[in-house]
Amino acid sequence: MSQTNDRAAGSGLGDAPPPGAETAAAGKPLLRHEVVEKSAPLMLLLTLVSILIGGVVTVVPLFTIESTIEPVPGVRPYSPLELAGRNIYTREGCYTCHSQQIRPFRDEVDRYGHYSLAAESQYDHPFQWGSKRTGPDLARVGGKYSNAWHEAHLINPRQVLPGSIMPAYGFLARREVNPEEMAAHLRTLRRLGVPYTDEMIERAADDMRAQANPFDRNLAAMRERYPKAAVGPFTGPPRSPMDQTPVRITEMDALIAYLQVLGTLAEIDRLRPEDLRQIRRTGASPQ
Amino acid sequence: MARPERDPLTGQWTTGHSWDGIKELKTPVPVWWVSTFLISIAFSILYIVLNPSFPSPAGKAFAMNPVSTREGLAIRLEEAAARMEGMNARLLERPLEEISRDAELARFAFNAGRALYQVHCIGCHGPGAAGQAGQFPALVDDDWIWGGTKADIHQTIRYGIRNEDPDSRQSQMPVFGQILQPHEIDQLADYVLVMGETQPGDARRTGHPAHALFQQQCASCHGADGRGNIEFGAPNLTDAIWLYGGTRAEIRQQIAAPRMGMMPGWHQRLTDAEIVALTVYIHGLGGGQPPRPAEPLQSAAAATGSSQPQTPAAPGAAG
Repeated sequence: MSQTNDRAAGSGLGDAPPPGAETAAAGKPLLRHEVVEKSAPLMLLLTLVSILIGGVVTVVPLFTIESTIEPVPGVRPYSPLELAGRNIYTREGCYTCHSQQIRPFRDEVDRYGHYSLAAESQYDHPFQWGSKRTGPDLARVGGKYSNAWHEAHLINPRQVLPGSIMPAYGFLARREVNPEEMAAHLRTLRRLGVPYTDEMIERAADDMRAQANPFDRNLAAMRERYPKAAVGPFTGPPRSPMDQTPVRITEMDALIAYLQVLGTLAEIDRLRPEDLRQIRRTGASPQ
Repeated sequence: MARPERDPLTGQWTTGHSWDGIKELKTPVPVWWVSTFLISIAFSILYIVLNPSFPSPAGKAFAMNPVSTREGLAIRLEEAAARMEGMNARLLERPLEEISRDAELARFAFNAGRALYQVHCIGCHGPGAAGQAGQFPALVDDDWIWGGTKADIHQTIRYGIRNEDPDSRQSQMPVFGQILQPHEIDQLADYVLVMGETQPGDARRTGHPAHALFQQQCASCHGADGRGNIEFGAPNLTDAIWLYGGTRAEIRQQIAAPRMGMMPGWHQRLTDAEIVALTVYIHGLGGGQPPRPAEPLQSAAAATGSSQPQTPAAPGAAG
């Protein structure tokens, strides 16, 4: 304590009040904190004004653009089987180790492909961008590997990638998904703004079975509703056209169907650089 | 409100505020803290001015540095392409078979191909290109399902095998479990094993109960002698190299419910020059084959100009 006193004494502070302590209270009304601090309504009003300034600066620039999502041709809502796979992807927390967001840097574009566009996740509720890459980015993994690779890799990642630290997901092959419940999922997403038609919702179960079986009689209709959908079988040996038994659709089938569509929908080749800009309210849409 | 006074314990002034006799010290904020705060404010203003972070009526962000992240990426990609342009152009101009005669170009292609392999191919074909038993073929041996010349490898990498691309290599082995009787499949599996131990014309082959059946059902793709046909991606059945296993049970399984490998095409993910570099790398892993005599020398640019004719599906194959 004596040390503190010594320092204070040595700092040149005399017994006179510090400058500002009394002079401010007397002569500079703007600096009189106690006026604001003692009046709750004035304090609230000034707080509101400060927040409003911040809000206006943040929000008003967005009024000049129609949408922050650049329209990209080819992007469609997920098919029922892909959607079931997406739900499993979310349930298993894949996003904690895999991002779905290729950033516009050369190293990422060289490795993963064209950087991700907002439109490519516009039907994701919730989006799976992720924030950490323990494993690689999956935004454009669709079509990069065969279904057989995905199956082997999910059952035991070490079998195909010896250094992998990914957990094994073999149990997905033992759990079936129920096509009958997909219509409810589609209906829910429609309420969130995903443009599923009445027909898509009505045929959800049929579409799900069709995507898992290359010889399903509803396959053509499914592909018309969901262009570029990868068609099964996603696991197991090829299916025979003479096989009339109903297809057993597992969670692994659904997850692989989802992985195989990632990043394949947007027709990036058809985009010109000038299209990749947020659409201004006055500007014409590139579509 | 009390008058500011000097606190006897700390030597600091009080603010003059007093709550039930508790007074507030007016210790000044440390100089290091105030200066850090002021530097942060100065930095943020500088950052806004230097980088495109502020909207303007022109739609283009105002900034001293007018390059957005996307534009910056385009510039960096162009710079990288320009650095490699000379080598890449040579890769595309030279006929595939002549690349190895240019030592500098061959070295460039091999190293570029190895880098590409590490990123794109390693998942299936493995870090040492030894493949995965029961799944994906090895690329280091000279047993090629779809051909091992540079032109064959180039075509396979470019368009892939049995994928959605109409230019990809296509063939389908029938599901013989739906066509033949179980005892016939057993006999065929045994015949395949016998073929590995004998030469064509051997009595153990011709006298085998499944000899006629093999000639009728299998020979159109795998050949009467069982040596396979790269036109249909039908593997050689007489060597000891098995993709899906060489035990009797595995062979039986492959006849009854065949597995058929699918490989993605790479021409949408990789550039033409990158595919040539990969071709050179994979051909150079040890199993690459010389061009077939009838094959005219042509550059990759010429080879990819027209889509290759598709191989027909195997007879009796399901659509």
